[in-house]
Amino acid sequence: MAESIALNLAQLAFVLALSPLFAGILTRCKEIVQSKRGPSIFQPYRDLRKLFAKDERVPEGSSWLFHSAPYLIFVVPLVITLLIPVLTNFPLFMAFAGDMLAAGFIFAVSGLFFTLAAIDGENPYGAMGASRTRMVGFLAEPVIIIALFTVSFVANSTIPYIVQQHWVHPIANFFAPSHVLLLIAFFMIILAETGKIPVDNPSGHFELAMIDESKALEFSGRSAALVKYGGYMKFTVLAIIFLNVLMAPWGLASTGSPVAIVVAAAAVSLKVIALILVIVIVESSYAKLRLFRISEFLGAAFVVCVTAMITVLLHL
Amino acid sequence: MNGLIVELNALVLGLFILATIAMTVTKQIGACMQLFIAQSAFLAASAFLLGMSPLSWHLIALGSVTVVSKIIIIPWVIRALVPGEVHQRRELSQTVDVPAALLVSLALTVVGYAFAQRLVHAAPSLSAGNLAMGIAGLLVGLFLLAVRVEAVPQLLGILAMENGAFLAGIAVAPDFPLIAELAIAFDVPLLAFIVALLARAAYRRIGTTEVGALSTLRERLR
Repeated sequence: MAESIALNLAQLAFVLALSPLFAGILTRCKEIVQSKRGPSIFQPYRDLRKLFAKDERVPEGSSWLFHSAPYLIFVVPLVITLLIPVLTNFPLFMAFAGDMLAAGFIFAVSGLFFTLAAIDGENPYGAMGASRTRMVGFLAEPVIIIALFTVSFVANSTIPYIVQQHWVHPIANFFAPSHVLLLIAFFMIILAETGKIPVDNPSGHFELAMIDESKALEFSGRSAALVKYGGYMKFTVLAIIFLNVLMAPWGLASTGSPVAIVVAAAAVSLKVIALILVIVIVESSYAKLRLFRISEFLGAAFVVCVTAMITVLLHL
Repeated sequence: MNGLIVELNALVLGLFILATIAMTVTKQIGACMQLFIAQSAFLAASAFLLGMSPLSWHLIALGSVTVVSKIIIIPWVIRALVPGEVHQRRELSQTVDVPAALLVSLALTVVGYAFAQRLVHAAPSLSAGNLAMGIAGLLVGLFLLAVRVEAVPQLLGILAMENGAFLAGIAVAPDFPLIAELAIAFDVPLLAFIVALLARAAYRRIGTTEVGALSTLRERLR
């Protein structure tokens, strides 16, 4: 059990240490595609260090919501890290404390507090961004629910450690339409939930067009650092759920020895970087959708997901 | 090996119905045609996969006929006959908006699935999925035909229906005589040829191919 707890902590360390790096790689690759040099891949670390050292300013009329939200945004991805297989393909200490549905609910908590804090911050753009995020969120919700239905139909479980083993035993399951279509739908959800280009432009600086970014406009100093860090970790955690739980448990450690864990950390990093390259291709080849066409994008994700479920039913 | 073929066939079927649904919501005529080509490719792939596991030359021949007539000849006929501007144009006058069209297509897919559940005893168990997705493709193609107003997407709607019927056909009668398939393979490009000519004539005459708008007769005043 001590080993199990230690491995859980190693997962936390992995997510904490590498999330800013992944964000840096994503930005750098996008800049390279646009024929620019771009900032160093370690720039997010420097940004965080700078922000942690700076003074914090809070809007005059803001309440405890505004003060507590950054901490929640920072902690929630770490809680989910404890529930999912990041480095190992055998269950760890917290594995059965919550399933994928629980992970969804826990993410919803930080989303709710972020929204409330944005409204609390008294910046008109904050409230606008908050309502837009809610719009994207409630359109993404049915897709996530149907995806969970499909997973529980196929694997008879929603515990991530059990689900991940189902896709490769036997290997024919990997090519099952329910699996492939589920991956497509979940990829679209990642793009929507982390504010990537067909839905939102993460590098845009025009407040009227922002969706995700404008909620963080009022945060400064340590709060801003925590919100930024939380955002990086949210992307990493979603990517790891996608790659390790929903795609395949390849490259994970099957024993608890330190060597196996280090090899697994390298393999998982490579997988995340591969996903980042795919996202770079998507972000560089599409334009941002108009606000009222986001429903079409997420509607398409919904159709893909329902098709996945229907193909499961056809097999019965 | 057989299990893998079943899964791959099911995957192809899922992509087939996705391509069909995407045809009902895409706005550009060129993209609609590419989706039709993809849909035909999935039909051919399904025929090849089903023809492999108990080796069936009928199905493989059917797949080859589909590749030649629907992936090569029909797109070529349409591109050659319909003026280029029509392909790049966005179809702005859709009768149903995108989310509604998506939901209706989904409902039709579920209906296809429900039908197939009843009919599944008539077909070998391997291709029960083909039957369901074939019926769904037929219904979604009909819906496409109903909601589109331009001539070329309407033609593609008919062809999508035909693809759905084929997909269901290879489930119900895998040993359908090849002569009938060849007849269809010559018939369908002719259909495409005639509708494309009609669209060309309409475009020359009235500057648009919105045949859905041509609902009233008007006498010419001399």
